[in-house]
Amino acid sequence: MDDKLFEITAQPISVDEVSRRAISPAVGSVVTFAGVVRGTNQGRQVHSLEYEAYPEMAEPILAQIGEEIRARWPVEQVAIVHRVGLLQVGEVSVVIAIASAHRQGAFEAGSYAIGRIKQIAPVWKKEYLDGGEVWLEGPEANGH
Amino acid sequence: MNRMHGTVKFFAALREAVGRPEVEWDLAEGATVETLIAYLQGSVPGLASWAGRAWIAVNRRYAARDTRLQDGDEVALFPPVSGG
Repeated sequence: MDDKLFEITAQPISVDEVSRRAISPAVGSVVTFAGVVRGTNQGRQVHSLEYEAYPEMAEPILAQIGEEIRARWPVEQVAIVHRVGLLQVGEVSVVIAIASAHRQGAFEAGSYAIGRIKQIAPVWKKEYLDGGEVWLEGPEANGH
Repeated sequence: MNRMHGTVKFFAALREAVGRPEVEWDLAEGATVETLIAYLQGSVPGLASWAGRAWIAVNRRYAARDTRLQDGDEVALFPPVSGG
């Protein structure tokens, strides 16, 4: 098992496994977010998504997002794992775990985390559709 | 004037447009990211449509076009991000 708190991986990921990375005896609450590949986007039928990352930059950026969260909310630990490669509809693309002594602020922190990932993490996705394939870019990359 | 060398990586749609994941660069001292992009446009077909709007990183941190390059720098050019 990999214990990295911030990771880009080609392996399938789960909420339980990422939560475990963030849990310690100081923790009494874990709020999690899972991004899942949706079968439609802006009216298009999506078969699968291919995620690509710049892992050597993305992992430090995920860690930076974790630090931003710990500076703003009383959070004990943050873990963020983003998957890359070809994912089918229904598969988990990203998991965020916000572990804290108490739940206050944790939901807001989780929402902040996914927003920041979409804003600054060097990760891209390509949609595979009936008519071909298309890379999504910034603002048009509507998601979770 | 001394020469500087480094690599530039491409990702996602920009990588596909240029047809390879990275190239080496060789520029005179004092060159900036802007100099590098101008230099690449001459040697890397497919970059032109991205040259004005690519996001930039130098040594794995976001950087501006006027950032001065150093010998050995790893530059990256890529589309606006779309993770999550």
